Amino acid sequence: MQAFISDLSDRLKEHTANRRPLVIHGGNTKAFYGGAANNASNGATYSSSLDMRSYSGIIEYEAKELVLTVRAGTTLAEIEAAMDAENQMLPFEPPRYGENATSLATIGGTVAAGLSGPRRAYAGSVRDFVLGTRIMNGKGENLNFGGRVIKNVAGYDVSRLMTGAMGTLGVLLDLSFKVLPKPAAEITLRFEMNETIAIQRMNEWAGKPLPLSATSWFENCLMVRLSGAIAGVKAAQNKIGGESLENEAARGFWADCRDQSGVFFENNLCAHEPLWRLSVPATTPPLQLGLPQLMEWGGALRWISGAADTTSLRAKVAAVGGHVTLFRGGDKSVGVFHPLQATLLPIHRSLKAAFDPADILNRGRMDNF
Amino acid sequence: MPALPDRIPSVSRDLLIAKLKTILPSDAVLTSDETLRPYECDGLSAYRQLPMLAVLPKTIDEVVQIMQVAQETGTKVVARGSGTGLSGGATPLGDGILMSLAKFNQVVKIDPLARTAVVQSGVRNLKISEDVAPLNLYYAPDPSSQIACSIGGNVAENSGGVHCLKYGLTIHNILKIEVVTIRGEQVTVGSDALDAPGYDLLALMTGSEGMLGITTEITVKLTPKPQLARVVMASFDDVEKAGNAVANVIGAGIIPAGLEMMDKLATEAVEGFVHADYDLNAEAILLCESDGTPEEVAEEIAKMEAVMRASGATGIRVSNNEIERLRFWSGRKAAFPAVGRISPDYYCIDGSIPRRALAAVLKRTAELSIKYNLRCANVFHAGDGNLHPLILYDANIGGELEKTEAFAADILELCIEYGGTITGEHGVGIEKINQMCSQFSDGERETFFAIKRAFDSDMLLNPGKVIPSLARCAEYGRMRVHQGQLPYAEIPRF
Repeated sequence: MQAFISDLSDRLKEHTANRRPLVIHGGNTKAFYGGAANNASNGATYSSSLDMRSYSGIIEYEAKELVLTVRAGTTLAEIEAAMDAENQMLPFEPPRYGENATSLATIGGTVAAGLSGPRRAYAGSVRDFVLGTRIMNGKGENLNFGGRVIKNVAGYDVSRLMTGAMGTLGVLLDLSFKVLPKPAAEITLRFEMNETIAIQRMNEWAGKPLPLSATSWFENCLMVRLSGAIAGVKAAQNKIGGESLENEAARGFWADCRDQSGVFFENNLCAHEPLWRLSVPATTPPLQLGLPQLMEWGGALRWISGAADTTSLRAKVAAVGGHVTLFRGGDKSVGVFHPLQATLLPIHRSLKAAFDPADILNRGRMDNF
Repeated sequence: MPALPDRIPSVSRDLLIAKLKTILPSDAVLTSDETLRPYECDGLSAYRQLPMLAVLPKTIDEVVQIMQVAQETGTKVVARGSGTGLSGGATPLGDGILMSLAKFNQVVKIDPLARTAVVQSGVRNLKISEDVAPLNLYYAPDPSSQIACSIGGNVAENSGGVHCLKYGLTIHNILKIEVVTIRGEQVTVGSDALDAPGYDLLALMTGSEGMLGITTEITVKLTPKPQLARVVMASFDDVEKAGNAVANVIGAGIIPAGLEMMDKLATEAVEGFVHADYDLNAEAILLCESDGTPEEVAEEIAKMEAVMRASGATGIRVSNNEIERLRFWSGRKAAFPAVGRISPDYYCIDGSIPRRALAAVLKRTAELSIKYNLRCANVFHAGDGNLHPLILYDANIGGELEKTEAFAADILELCIEYGGTITGEHGVGIEKINQMCSQFSDGERETFFAIKRAFDSDMLLNPGKVIPSLARCAEYGRMRVHQGQLPYAEIPRF
């Protein structure tokens, strides 16, 4: 692994000296996501890529510490197998984009893309669980931030800054996470209700001491997952009612939500329609966009399928305090990520220049500044 | 790497005062020594410095204009909330403006359905929970100073508290902040949704110790109040066994609402203060709390008791009602004032270590206590591995503060040696700036400076805190080498 690091450092120095872009990737399961890579430089196009999968393996995992440290190229499948043995989990339920055991998704890609699954609204996002990172910046410098302890406020929180930065600030090398025990019990309940009532209910329940761990609404069907102590889950079920799903079906349902598959997403994919990800305040009333919609995260995440005028969609969602990402498909030239507030632009550009002065790392993948 | 620029304001103090008085009412610009005295230090009272002047803005517009004046004149600005910080993050600069956010004291909006509150940055942490209590909600992070500390200060320090193992730190409990930059621009960071486009500046600014911008307003998440909480109090005849019990609780798949440890000296100090019937024969006491629905709590308390017993607890008591629970906690909550009663002065450390190293670090701290001939009481967030050794000393005895600082520095070096960090929740400020040299490489320090410059290219916001210059690190390195030979020499401090 030392050879990997020193080779990488030489390579990044060379790329920076020649201002040649470099595409960083793991299992390529999230290649569809983010701005289009821009590999043109000095009139030529480069297709230089950095495959992180050879930099893999669990560095340290002691279940009693609730801390896991892994190399960025490690697959979620390998991590999950190790954690299963200790009855623990990555609490942010990251997407696999494939069968759990055979998915090529890596932890580095997960952090770079900053994507979290159904548990996110109740347990926290990938960024909430990142404790430390070792990165290599565009200049080929090997840098450590954060640590392997639960609480750490020494210096700026660069580790969390890396999360969701699409690999544009540094090559992620080692990553430390806070992990949690798996809940002793889990149950999924099904309710029939319209969108307005579903938004109201999801928010009311979240304001009560109920062990919610996921919610999803599609075509008048609300699914609610409860996770926790056996007695607590049972008591909560008695309180909110609903019809319980069989365990295997429930697991499949939430895995579909996590990976954007299942009826709604597959219809979208088959029809080659753009998939929009609307991140909004959870209590936002129905947006009435006239397009098929699936809701998650207690109302805070709304997926919209179909062609839409980007400018007016973004204006409408921004007016309620949210933002729009062109998540999958469609024409990326409209801008995948929501435009930034003007006062934030110079800060973003300065940060990018600080970490990657020659703009070699994943150029173009973050397309809103 | 050049040292932080030692800027002389390009205008005289009188001209600066005149400019500020065109922005603020004259009673909001403090200039005399007696009105500036209350601002000479924060909770790290060993370091004192009168600011050049202090301002107390009341509106965002005033903050914007003050920042514009500071930028124009090249004047440094240090922001201050309630001044309870323990690392000198709000220690004033003699050639700088001290900006108190105390007048930003309004709860702007509470949204029960969305479980959020919009509060100005000077609002006290506990006030948020008090205001939303009728809704059966609360603001989860609960630093010990929560009765006084401001939410803006909490954001600056990424404050934790007793309950953060289960409920997270400040960063996990805020959605959005309104910030004024040194350029006098208003910036919204984060959003009312669960994420925002662009880099995660909310995470970057939380815990940045007032060096990247002035936070004026914060949208916090509110948490449903648990129906019930009960606490297990377990005694151990050996600190190591208590340390292992902590690991065993976590290993059993339990995330306690709070998991705190007190050693014998701390227990003696608090028992004399609160008379809560603590076990004075114990070498260590653990307080382990469960909260949730009655069903969840019953299940978890039974598990906790079993783990404590299997880990060799010599005595176990479980609170049977709220009065008893609060009594069990009273000593832990009063630990700092209690220690204040048995020593003229004490110095609180904030290292964080992997839990497995608890016993080893406590043992070596005890050895250092003998070496320096200073008593050291330990009360801390054991579940998080966040140590708070309290070094007992007397500032009136010549050299004792310096000896205490050397002892403290050794403890922080121990934390680094065991894979931990020099600050779990109190921040670096000026207090731990030397140890930053041990924890971070030159490249990492340079990255911090680059981030600082991205927000504040002239280095005017709280400069000289958190990130040490290369020159300072070189000096500190030399000092550490010397220390082996001359443990109590007159160490030059900066």
